[in-house]
Amino acid sequence: MKIAIPSEGKNLESLVNQTFGRTETFIVVDNSDMSYKAIDNTAASAQGGAGIKAAQAIVDSGAEAIITFRCGQNAADVLKTAGIKIYKATAGSINDVVKMYNAGKLDELTDIHAGYHNHGGA
Amino acid sequence: MQIAVLSGKGGTGKTFVSVNLAFAAQNTTYIDCDVEEPNGGLFLKPDITAEENIEVMIPKVNLEKCTACRKCVDFCKYNALALVNNRLLVFKELCHDCGGCILLCPEKALTEQGRTIGKVEYGISGGVKTRTGILNTGEAVGIPIIKRLLKDIEQENIYVIDSPPGSSCAVMESIKDCDYCILVTEPTLFGVHNLAMVYELVKLFGKPHGVVINKHIEGETVADDYCLQNNIPIIARIPYDDRIGSVNSQGKIVAAEDGKYFAIFNEIFQKIQEEVQHEAVTHTER
Repeated sequence: MKIAIPSEGKNLESLVNQTFGRTETFIVVDNSDMSYKAIDNTAASAQGGAGIKAAQAIVDSGAEAIITFRCGQNAADVLKTAGIKIYKATAGSINDVVKMYNAGKLDELTDIHAGYHNHGGA
Repeated sequence: MQIAVLSGKGGTGKTFVSVNLAFAAQNTTYIDCDVEEPNGGLFLKPDITAEENIEVMIPKVNLEKCTACRKCVDFCKYNALALVNNRLLVFKELCHDCGGCILLCPEKALTEQGRTIGKVEYGISGGVKTRTGILNTGEAVGIPIIKRLLKDIEQENIYVIDSPPGSSCAVMESIKDCDYCILVTEPTLFGVHNLAMVYELVKLFGKPHGVVINKHIEGETVADDYCLQNNIPIIARIPYDDRIGSVNSQGKIVAAEDGKYFAIFNEIFQKIQEEVQHEAVTHTER
């Protein structure tokens, strides 16, 4: 199964990125053989709606699950509509969290936040 | 004539200057464009005579016609659209009402549908007519409301526009057609930093402008110095005065309570009127 993970770098040793919509890279990894692909997140510099655009890229990648520290409401709406499961990341590398997933140790992410919109005010 | 009142920083006295100017100039229309937090009404206490809902147009999908070609999703710069399992999702709060997706759709599967984002209230307060823009809580974009507020303008009337704080798109929309910009600042480093931002903006728009230094204290010259260095006319200094604070906190208009302040605001209005007439003359001569 393909799993998408926001990443600080372009390989399996990279750390999981703390953000979702504005991560520079997503690693899409197949947990059966650990083959993977790094995709650039073009939403990282979007003025607004970054979460939606990032979620769209994940849907298009064919991933069936994501592992992330956090996820906003709009992005979650896109992912849920696509039937993509959202799991809560634990600290570590892409390798580490996929092992955690394979061992059944990751919980589904339930605290979807309202988004960090309009920071900076008027 | 439209006079816009701006300040880079919130809390410098933009609404204070606007309502007192509207009161002292008499027979004016006060327009509250600070749609996220309109509060001129706290002072003017207008009787509301009419109100109007403001709608924006968002796309509505006809799923039978949509072929999931994705053109609209790729086009939308605000990321308000997503395509999942060949179904189009519309995120209405992110839509900026540009209409591009509807124009672009080769299948004509998208149509416009109205969505209310806020309202405009019309009222009257003695010799001052009021227009107040109110953006609903949770909405992100108030510009359609500002556009409506500034639509029916008659050149022979006097309008005082209370602009939103900062120097964003909403501020630009509020000064676009104005004849004069008052830049309200306070004599602090923070105040002057944000004055510089709105000053850049009014220069860019080529608007006649002048500074009102609010909460002026003798010897605190940081705002005066900035204006002097940049050749910006200072049209008034309103003193730091406990009495103003006390009158404001009771929701009263200081120009109505104290002749000294009526004179200050009346003089601001006279100066601006002369300046705008002078501008008009020099522009015709060119």
